[in-house]
Amino acid sequence: MEYILIIISAVLINNVVLAQFLGICPFLGVSGKVNTSIGMAGAVTFVMVLSTTVTYLIQTYVLDKLGIAFMQTITFILVIAFLVQIVEIILKKISQPLYQALGIFLPLITTNCAVLGVAILVIQKDYNLLEGVVYSAATAVGFGLALILLAGIREHMDLADVPKSMKGVPLSLIAAGILALAFMGFTGIVK
Amino acid sequence: MALALTLIAMGASACLAFVYELTKEPIARTVLNKKTEAIRQVVPEFNNDPNAEMFRMPTMDGDSLEIYPAKVDDNTVGYAVNTYTDKGFGGKISLMAGFKPDGTIFNIAVLEHKETPGLGTKMSEPSFKDQFMEKNPSDFLLIVKNDGGPVDAITAATISSRAFCDAVQRAYGTLFSGGTYDGTSGPSDTESQ
Amino acid sequence: MNQLQNFTKGFFKENPILVLVLGACPTLATTTSALNGLGMGIATTFVLICSNIVVSLLAGIIPDKVRIPSFIVIIASFVTIVDLFMQAYVPTLYETLGIFIPLIVVNCIVLGRAEAFASKNTTLSSFIDGAGMGLGFTMALGILGSIREILGNGSVFGYKFINGDGILIFILAPGAFIALGYLIGFINSLKRT
Repeated sequence: MEYILIIISAVLINNVVLAQFLGICPFLGVSGKVNTSIGMAGAVTFVMVLSTTVTYLIQTYVLDKLGIAFMQTITFILVIAFLVQIVEIILKKISQPLYQALGIFLPLITTNCAVLGVAILVIQKDYNLLEGVVYSAATAVGFGLALILLAGIREHMDLADVPKSMKGVPLSLIAAGILALAFMGFTGIVK
Repeated sequence: MALALTLIAMGASACLAFVYELTKEPIARTVLNKKTEAIRQVVPEFNNDPNAEMFRMPTMDGDSLEIYPAKVDDNTVGYAVNTYTDKGFGGKISLMAGFKPDGTIFNIAVLEHKETPGLGTKMSEPSFKDQFMEKNPSDFLLIVKNDGGPVDAITAATISSRAFCDAVQRAYGTLFSGGTYDGTSGPSDTESQ
Repeated sequence: MNQLQNFTKGFFKENPILVLVLGACPTLATTTSALNGLGMGIATTFVLICSNIVVSLLAGIIPDKVRIPSFIVIIASFVTIVDLFMQAYVPTLYETLGIFIPLIVVNCIVLGRAEAFASKNTTLSSFIDGAGMGLGFTMALGILGSIREILGNGSVFGYKFINGDGILIFILAPGAFIALGYLIGFINSLKRT
C-alpha cells in the first residue's frame, strides 16, 4: 500500500516536472515530437533508477559511515556522470537498436537536474532502498508522462496561428502551465 | 589524464573539508538558536535552560516527542513541545507548541513545513495561529469549522489548517493525557482534565 | 568585444533565462517571491564567478579528455561551499530554496559558461563574464519573482499593497510556467522591434 501511495504521489500529485520543477531543460528541449519524447523518457527512467540505487548505497555505506555527508553533491554528480558514460558504452556494445534509440539522449542526462534531484530527495525523505527505487521509477514515469503529453500538445500547436513572439518556448511554457493546472486536480486523491 | 582528475578531486575534497570544519560550529549554533528562539516564543518567560532539561514522552502511536520544560526558579511555568504531523499538504509539518501547566495553549511556532507558498504558509502568520492563544484544547476542540469545530481554517488551505490542528492535538494529547509518568514533576499530574 | 560589452551581454542580449532559456528549473521553482528569486540568483552568481575563475586558471593544465568531469568537480565544490555557508548564516533562505541549492551543480548556465567561455578566455574576462551572466540571471529571477509576488500575493519584497489575497495561482506551479512564458514572449517582441 505504501508503495502505491509513493507511486501515485510521484507520478500525479508531485509530478517531477509540473509540480517540483525538475528536469525543465529536457522538458522544453525535446518535447517537440512524441517519438523523441518517448526515447528521452526511456533513457531517463533507466539512468534515474540506476543512479538512485547506486547513490543510495554510496550514501549509506560510504558517506554516512565516514561522516562526510557534506561531500554528497560532488559525489552524486560524479557518480551520475560516470554511470551515464558506462550505460552509453554498454548499450553500444550489446544492443545497437537500443543505442540508436536512446544514445543521443544519454549525454544530455548528466545535466538533467531531475536525476540528481531524485537521488538527493530519496536521501532527504529517509526512504529505504526499495522505497527509493520505487520512488525513482515512479518519478521517471511522471517525467515521461509530462514530456509525452506536452509533446502531443506541441505537435498540434505547430499549426496554430499565434503571435510571432509567442512561438516556441513561450507558448510551450504556457501550455505546460495549463498542464500543471490540470495536474493540480490530482491533489487530494491520496489524502 | 587520470592523474589530473585525481589531483583536482583531491584539491576539491581538501577545500570542502576545510570549509566544512569552518562552518560546522555556526551551523550547529544556528540550529540550536532556532530551537531556543522557538521555545522562547511559545512559553511564558523562564530562567532555566529548557534544552538541558529536555525529556521525551511517548505518543499514543509509538513515537515520542521532545518536551522542553520552562521554569522560573524551579516552578514550571510552561512546556514547549516539539510536535509534528504527517498530514500536511506537502507532507510533514513540525511545530513548537507551548502550553501552560494547566494545558492552555500559550503560543505556537512553525518550525518546518513544505506547504504551498502563499497558502499553507499562512499558518505561521498571527492571523491564523493567534486564534489558538489562551485556548485550552480540553474545551476548545482542535477541529476546523469545515469539520464542525471552532477553528477558522486558512482560506483555500483547509488541509494545512487541519494538519496544524493535528500537530497541536498530538502535542496536547501526549503531554496531558497519553503520556506515561516519567518520575519528574511531570505534566501527567494534571491528567484529570 | 570590449570588457563592458562582455559584462553587459548577460543583461539583455544573451540573458541566460529570458533569451537563451537555460537554467529554467531554479527559475521556475524559486521565484515564489522577489526575495527568494534574488537569493537564488546571488547564490548562483557566486558559483558562476568562482567556477569561471578557477576553470580559466586551470584550463591549460587539464587534459582535454577529462575536461568536463574536472569542470563538474570544480563547480560541485563551490556549490557545496555555498550550501554550507548558507546553512550557517542564512538558514531561513536556505530552507526556502531547499534542494535547489545543491542543484546549482546541474544548472546548464554554470557548466555552459565554464565550457563555452572560461576554458577559452583569460581569467579577467572570465570573471567579468561570470559576473555579467550571474547578474543577468539574478535580474531575471528578481523580475519573475516580483511579477509572481505582485500578482499572487499583492506584495513586493514582503510589503503588501493590497488587502486580502492575490491571484494565488501565480504563486503555485502553473503560474510559474505561465508567467515565464509571457515574460519571454514579451522580451521576444521587444527584440523584434
